Amino acid sequence: MGFQAIQGEGWLLAKAEQLINWGRSRSPWPFPYGTACCGIELMCALASGYDMARFGAERVAFTPRQCDVLIVAGTITKKMVPVLKRIYAQMAEPKWVLAVGACACSGGVFRTYSTHQGIGSVIPVDVYIPGCPPRPEGILYALLKLIDKIEADHPLYKQRSKVIEALEAAK
Amino acid sequence: MSLKEKVQAVIGGDLVELTDFRGDLCAEVPKGRCLQVLTRLKEEGGFDFLSDVIGMDNLHLYEKKKQKKGKKAEEETKPEKQGPPPPRFEVIYLLLSLETGERLQIRVRVPEDDLELPTITGLWRAADWPEREVFDMFGIRFKGHPNLRRLLMWDEFQDHPLRKDYPLEGKGEERHLNYDIG
Ligand code: SF4
Repeated sequence: MGFQAIQGEGWLLAKAEQLINWGRSRSPWPFPYGTACCGIELMCALASGYDMARFGAERVAFTPRQCDVLIVAGTITKKMVPVLKRIYAQMAEPKWVLAVGACACSGGVFRTYSTHQGIGSVIPVDVYIPGCPPRPEGILYALLKLIDKIEADHPLYKQRSKVIEALEAAK
Repeated sequence: MSLKEKVQAVIGGDLVELTDFRGDLCAEVPKGRCLQVLTRLKEEGGFDFLSDVIGMDNLHLYEKKKQKKGKKAEEETKPEKQGPPPPRFEVIYLLLSLETGERLQIRVRVPEDDLELPTITGLWRAADWPEREVFDMFGIRFKGHPNLRRLLMWDEFQDHPLRKDYPLEGKGEERHLNYDIG
């Protein structure tokens, strides 16, 4: 489902939700959180060969304040979990999370004392990418899935009660 | 002069055992003489480079050996297989001579009830992190170390995970920080 609008001279008619989703889905700026081997694959997906920027992930943000998609690529140790939580908390809404590779999804082969068994138990994950490591195509596919998800979102519906309140007050 | 002869000449008096396994020379020295031996090897033996310091837990090694003995009763009767098991832990220093390219292992056995060794950070600054790692993983303390904190696990972690009696999947430790959310 893409963005549809009726255009006229000097004006544009569209649903506000679609307009918002159109903007969000075409600029999912990634925050690369590469902690292990999957991080290398993520770098490959970001670099010119696969060029994730084609899908709007243009500017890789190295600060959680200026990004939309947290890409967790690699093993998350228990020592790292509070850091990951904090990074996620620092991100501004709206935010999404990709879990790249078996380690981020479930702990992978490291069922040990030091490895956290899947980031899904500490932060909400939108798309899980299996593989050890997943190919860059896999990461791109996940980004496209995420874009589909963003486009199907209802950003205003979530704030419906606030909108109704504001309209009532304006009466 | 071969490496073996050289080692014997430098630290011959302190040697418990000198074994040559597939070209790797390994010298076991008593715990109390470890610092003196390493100092002599550095100053007189020409081993100027410390590659690594490793810990080792032989807990199940000796248990397994004992079990094997149970199966083979005739082996048990051999006199050299009897006697108390050697101390549980080992610390291994890997030395290298940059001039000649010769390598040497120094093994020190550390019993469970006296987990302390002198630090060798005074000899090689490179021993700083490896000693912290051995402390973190095995709980062997290095007396005189300038900063003996955990290297890999977080500070509040209680156990020593590379010990053989520590379960592989841990005891459910989680790290929490005071800025934790939810
Ligand atoms: S899933 Fe495999 S490739 Fe990815 S971080 Fe884990 S071990 Fe490395």
